[in-house]
Amino acid sequence: MPIQVLMPALSPTMEKGNLAKWLKSEGDTVKAGDVIAEIETDKATMEVEAVDEGTLGKILVPEGTADVAVNTPIAVILNDGEDGSVDYASVKPEASKAAAAPQQARTAPSAAAEPPKPLAAPEPDVPEGTEMATMTVREALRDAMAEEMRRDETVFVMGEEVAEYQGAYKVTQGLLQEFGAQRVVDTPITEHGFAGLGVGAALAGLKPIVEFMTFNFAMQAMDQIINSAAKTRYMSGGQIGSSIVFRGPNGAAARVAAQHSQDFSAWYSHIPGLKVVAPYTAADFKGLLKAAIRDPNPVIFLENEILYGQSFPVPKLDDYVLPIGKARIARPGNDVTIVSFSIGMTYALKAADELAKENVAAEVIDLRTLRPMDTETIVESVKKTGRIVTVEEGWPQSGIGAEIAARLMENAFDWLDAPVTRVAGKDVPMPYAANLEKLALPTVAEVVEAAKAVLYR
Amino acid sequence: MAVAQNQAQDLAQSAAARQPAVVRADGAALANMTKEQELSAYHLMLLIRRFEEKAGQMYGMGLIGGFCHLYIGQEAVVVGMQMALKPGDAVITGYRDHGHMLACGMDARGVMAELTGRRNGYSKGKGGSMHMFSAEKGFFGGHGIVAAQVPLGTGLAFAAKYRGQDNVSLTYFGDGAVNQGQVYESFNMAKLWNLPAVYIVENNQYAMGTSLARASATTNLSKRGAAHGIPGEQVDGMDIRAVKAAAEKAVAWCREGNGPILLEMLTYRYRGHSMSDPAKYRTREEVEKVRNEHDPIEQVRRRLIESKRASEDDLKKIDARVRDVVNEAAEFATHDPEPDPSELYTDIYADEAR
Ligand SMILES: Cc1ncc(C[n+]2csc(CCOP(=O)(O)OP(=O)(O)O)c2C)c(N)n1
Ligand SMILES: [Mg+2]
Repeated sequence: MPIQVLMPALSPTMEKGNLAKWLKSEGDTVKAGDVIAEIETDKATMEVEAVDEGTLGKILVPEGTADVAVNTPIAVILNDGEDGSVDYASVKPEASKAAAAPQQARTAPSAAAEPPKPLAAPEPDVPEGTEMATMTVREALRDAMAEEMRRDETVFVMGEEVAEYQGAYKVTQGLLQEFGAQRVVDTPITEHGFAGLGVGAALAGLKPIVEFMTFNFAMQAMDQIINSAAKTRYMSGGQIGSSIVFRGPNGAAARVAAQHSQDFSAWYSHIPGLKVVAPYTAADFKGLLKAAIRDPNPVIFLENEILYGQSFPVPKLDDYVLPIGKARIARPGNDVTIVSFSIGMTYALKAADELAKENVAAEVIDLRTLRPMDTETIVESVKKTGRIVTVEEGWPQSGIGAEIAARLMENAFDWLDAPVTRVAGKDVPMPYAANLEKLALPTVAEVVEAAKAVLYR
Repeated sequence: MAVAQNQAQDLAQSAAARQPAVVRADGAALANMTKEQELSAYHLMLLIRRFEEKAGQMYGMGLIGGFCHLYIGQEAVVVGMQMALKPGDAVITGYRDHGHMLACGMDARGVMAELTGRRNGYSKGKGGSMHMFSAEKGFFGGHGIVAAQVPLGTGLAFAAKYRGQDNVSLTYFGDGAVNQGQVYESFNMAKLWNLPAVYIVENNQYAMGTSLARASATTNLSKRGAAHGIPGEQVDGMDIRAVKAAAEKAVAWCREGNGPILLEMLTYRYRGHSMSDPAKYRTREEVEKVRNEHDPIEQVRRRLIESKRASEDDLKKIDARVRDVVNEAAEFATHDPEPDPSELYTDIYADEAR
């Protein structure tokens, strides 16, 4: 039976890729392990190896084709003795059809296809009529670092695979080429060591950007982040501080299970001495990363792998810097407040769309910074709506939602018409199985339901 | 592959060193293997290779998600080490763990079903590729955080000694992991308390896209225990006979109460670091050269044929058996149902109180 070669998934979050090049032609014999084609994703170019022996019968997707969905048949391999005169449409993929084959559990929210409307002007300091460029979160972060590195030669980037490999998630793409190996430093795998070394360099006046391949690995460095970076200014009576950014992807990725899928927002936000930033839009990522690099304090800058590839409008300004500590009203409304941050915003915004269909006007607040938290913006909104739902992917106990609830008890008790309600990740380690993973994360439906509950609908 | 030796002197005098062994032309000590041992090593290495190829294929079809690190090329290390173990010994490693599990005797169906996230996987579908365990087989995981298994494996050795057993623990880690501080904290305690810990560095030359020389100030990793008084040696990890000889010596050294020992296995991974590796850091020729000249399975195959211990036909039969086992595992893992949704909340606390 002829065998279909399918467009492979080459990373946990890949949904489509470009078929850059065919290295074999129709009629060529192929052995298992031969490289037959090259595929480009937003992260990298990769080789496709044949897994079966035979003859390359027909190329179904020509080279140069962009956006080929994962699992699309791209070619057919014929076994010995088979000729090319097959009805290709009827050729079955080699695998048994995997009745319940879980596809990529988390389809990236549709923002990429449909960039959100430029929301109530990103910031007051964007002049009327400023031109917008559409860019991905990944590009916005890279541009922010590059701009700050051009501006201040004490700024440098350090981390695993940041230089020659161009970043494990390609966030530091091109920085080595522009700034050289002294300022874009590949480290050994030694998080505690290089985080501490970074803090030391910061104590001596440099401005390190320490990239953690993911924040899961920053746990190795927790002592240096908290006991050294966060506390030295205090312990030295204000003499010595560290202007340092710890950045990298945080939160659940797709199908990587408990040790690689967790949200540390609440952990870091607990620590006096740290600032904690967790944006959602590319514009906010850019403006806040620039602010974080300039900030004289240690800043934990939480990114999100699933957001990296999403596109948003970003103001075309020479120096777009946003204030740390200011929330943003992403969508105004009078009936109920939904407050979230980072990827939680995708649930919040979709829930607001759903609620609008039922004539409920939700006000959606994007916190952007978790510490210092912009209590005022939340309180002002609650004064208007009297009802609030918090949304986060992290665990509920002592989470960001719990903190907001406490602040509202202290600052807006009389304005509340319903209990503060939290939507959070389930109180379990992240499971690997596709169905359980879905259950462990919050859903848009849960947010809608919570909003209706506080509205007593 | 070059083999150097920097045996500590006391190691050379250990009873363990008096194993019957042949010496290869380049001086490497090789184990004598019986026909049965050679055939079973061939079988097991081939099982690992075919299993991994199948896993790679299933990943490409979306049946396996997340990270998936294949062991192809390194098979001789785990198979040779395993030949020196006895029941009650413990094994622990990082995320490149499928080969270790098969070598420990774990069922291919259960491993594959864990890769697809199904209910009959070794962790009921909750752990996935990087986090799998078998209490029954003495396999303690499957760990996703680079080098975290090193203190854990040291603790397994501590427990063996504490209980007065003559069991050992094998702790595997990579050439990238050797630079984590906790490795040296472990070395110090292991020697301080003379724990029966065999540390095995699987030096496959790269940590993701970083070659050993780009991350390590000194590149003879077998010497990394020297400051703590831990003897070490470099071993040709592509030759099962060299691995087996080193394994037997090291395990005996530990069982005799001499404390920890370090083996640096010189090996190579043919595939990318994980499935999404652009492989820009090495040439295709480099991979091909190792594959053509040092392949661990091919070496055994050739020897079996040349020594007339097995015929082409005998080996074809083994190949067919291995393919059957792997296909059956894939079939099982494809159709096994996902876990029951109620499993989301189980296995968090021993007493399940919440
Ligand atoms: C503490 C920590 N940092 C970073 C990572 C990401 N990471 C996963 S594997 C890897 C490379 C490890 O290489 P090596 O130790 O040589 O093992 P190999 O993959 O070659 O088997 C890195 C950096 C991680 N899982 N844990
Ligand atoms: Mg390695």
